[in-house]
Amino acid sequence: MSGYLVRRTGQAIAVLFIVTVIVFAILHFLPGSPARALLGIRATPGAITAFNAANGYNRALPVQYLLYLDRLVHGNLGFSYHFDQSVGSLLALDLPKSALLVGSSYVVALIIAIPMGVVQALRRDKVMDHTLTALSFVGYAMPTFWLGILLIVGFSAKLHLFPPEGPQGATVGADLGNLSALVLPVATLTIVTIALFSRFMRASAVETLLQDYIRTARAKGVTRWRLVSRHLLRNSVLPIITLIGLSLPGVLSGAIIVEALFNYPGMGWLFWTATGAHDYPVLMGFTVVTAAATVVGNLLADVAYAMADPRIRYRTS
Amino acid sequence: MTSAELLEPSAPIAAASGLPEGRGWRRALADLGRNRMGLIGLATIVIMLLFSFLGPVLYPTDQIHPNLLLITRAPSGKYPLGTDEVGYNVLGRLMVAGQSSLEVGLAAAAIAGIIGTLWGAVAGFVGGWLDSVMMRIVDALLAIPALLLVLLLTAITSPSLIVVIIVLGLISWLATARLVRGQVLVIRSLEYVQAAQGFGEKAWQIVFRHLVRNVIGTVVVQATFEVANAILLFAALSFLGLGPPPPAANWGGMLTDGLNYVFDGYWWLIYPAGVCIVLTVVAFNLVGDAIRNAFDVRLRSN
Repeated sequence: MSGYLVRRTGQAIAVLFIVTVIVFAILHFLPGSPARALLGIRATPGAITAFNAANGYNRALPVQYLLYLDRLVHGNLGFSYHFDQSVGSLLALDLPKSALLVGSSYVVALIIAIPMGVVQALRRDKVMDHTLTALSFVGYAMPTFWLGILLIVGFSAKLHLFPPEGPQGATVGADLGNLSALVLPVATLTIVTIALFSRFMRASAVETLLQDYIRTARAKGVTRWRLVSRHLLRNSVLPIITLIGLSLPGVLSGAIIVEALFNYPGMGWLFWTATGAHDYPVLMGFTVVTAAATVVGNLLADVAYAMADPRIRYRTS
Repeated sequence: MTSAELLEPSAPIAAASGLPEGRGWRRALADLGRNRMGLIGLATIVIMLLFSFLGPVLYPTDQIHPNLLLITRAPSGKYPLGTDEVGYNVLGRLMVAGQSSLEVGLAAAAIAGIIGTLWGAVAGFVGGWLDSVMMRIVDALLAIPALLLVLLLTAITSPSLIVVIIVLGLISWLATARLVRGQVLVIRSLEYVQAAQGFGEKAWQIVFRHLVRNVIGTVVVQATFEVANAILLFAALSFLGLGPPPPAANWGGMLTDGLNYVFDGYWWLIYPAGVCIVLTVVAFNLVGDAIRNAFDVRLRSN
């Protein structure tokens, strides 16, 4: 186990390192310079030179990269020209809101997708299976913002059940006090996530049903409920642990759309605004943070999987 | 083997043209022909292509000049799907919009397929530290949400159709590269490849005759899924205001414009383009699944 842990952590660090190289490269090849952005178009050449010297922008590229890495390691994500605030403080404000949106969508999606996949596997190739497969196909094929629009049309414009805009509280606590406003954004992201998960869950459960231990359990005369809960559910949910980590970038992409559509001021909304304002430090900081979250999420998922299923660590070591 | 030999752009095409010789392929095609869902998907794709590219010829409409005397008309005999907020005929616009949506999907998937195949084949065939570095780069790019990469790259440049195609192609090859590498690793160690090496076949012969020919099925399957994904990403991009500006049309852009009329009951601005996207994306997924199943049967029957 420790060998696996060390190797897997080493890989994660290498991936994070490459992410910073990619982000630095994009940052460097973007048009316009920080000096122009901060000092304005009327800045004198002298002022720009002085600014570049003061901030190390006149150094060799590898040195600049190391300085960038040094700032990152110390938690300095840069400074937003557009918001006139450090990227770190912007993210500290908006990240919890996105975490609330993404986290609750994940939880609801898993609660629905896991039984859905199991039922499909048990009723494989029956009407129920085909219906649910068709539904998840359509859910997967819908543009996220269109799904959100349809929910707004149905539940806001027609039924007047929920507001068409996400909660606008200053903090996560305030947002939680406005639960009805959270329903439609969370529902949109949840449906997208279910569509992502249920196909994998079905495949995993079908695979598990073919295993010898299921046949053995059946031969022993285990009750159907015990067979499903003990043998089928436990073993087929395991691969989904890895999927939670792997799906994070996709769900975060969905969160950008959902936040933009429902005007919910989280990280995705911030990123969208920063795109319009060409606020590169925010874009870069956001990218590094989400990539790091994904890499760490994948690492944790893999380690949890290896701990839960000894076959994994023996197979790979 | 040098990388230049692998970078031959016509590699997949050359291999594909020499393919249908074994019984397995005929059998896979026969299986494909029996897959009802796959055929429905294929028919839908053909219909969407005809609708988008032949439709405007049979039903010509002006999609360049706005007509402010004709805004948001309800569907009628003259305008089967009504008009939008600047007076474009919605049915005609759906056709023209389909052209760019389908072009983006197909072209981006083609670019992604080529890059992914080459990247995965080189990594898997060469192996060693090069393999490790190349696959860690794939991991790093996979860790960044696709939409972020697209937004970053399109924020740099002006959003023309070509730029969108290139950007989507550049971020969609990662899954293909992983799959191809995995398969190349397996095929490389098979006895017939070792036998070929023993008979003195050159590295490029082995790559083209054995490796590329065997991974082409995987690449085609993945490419069908990437067409669907690229169409969805393109729609998301248009929603975020980074698609090609009007009068250029695409399905995602039409939906985004309809967003302003959610509370007005103008259903013809909210549903038709969305239905087109869903039908097309589902169709490509069905075809991809059908091809994959056909190949599975082939593997089992051999």
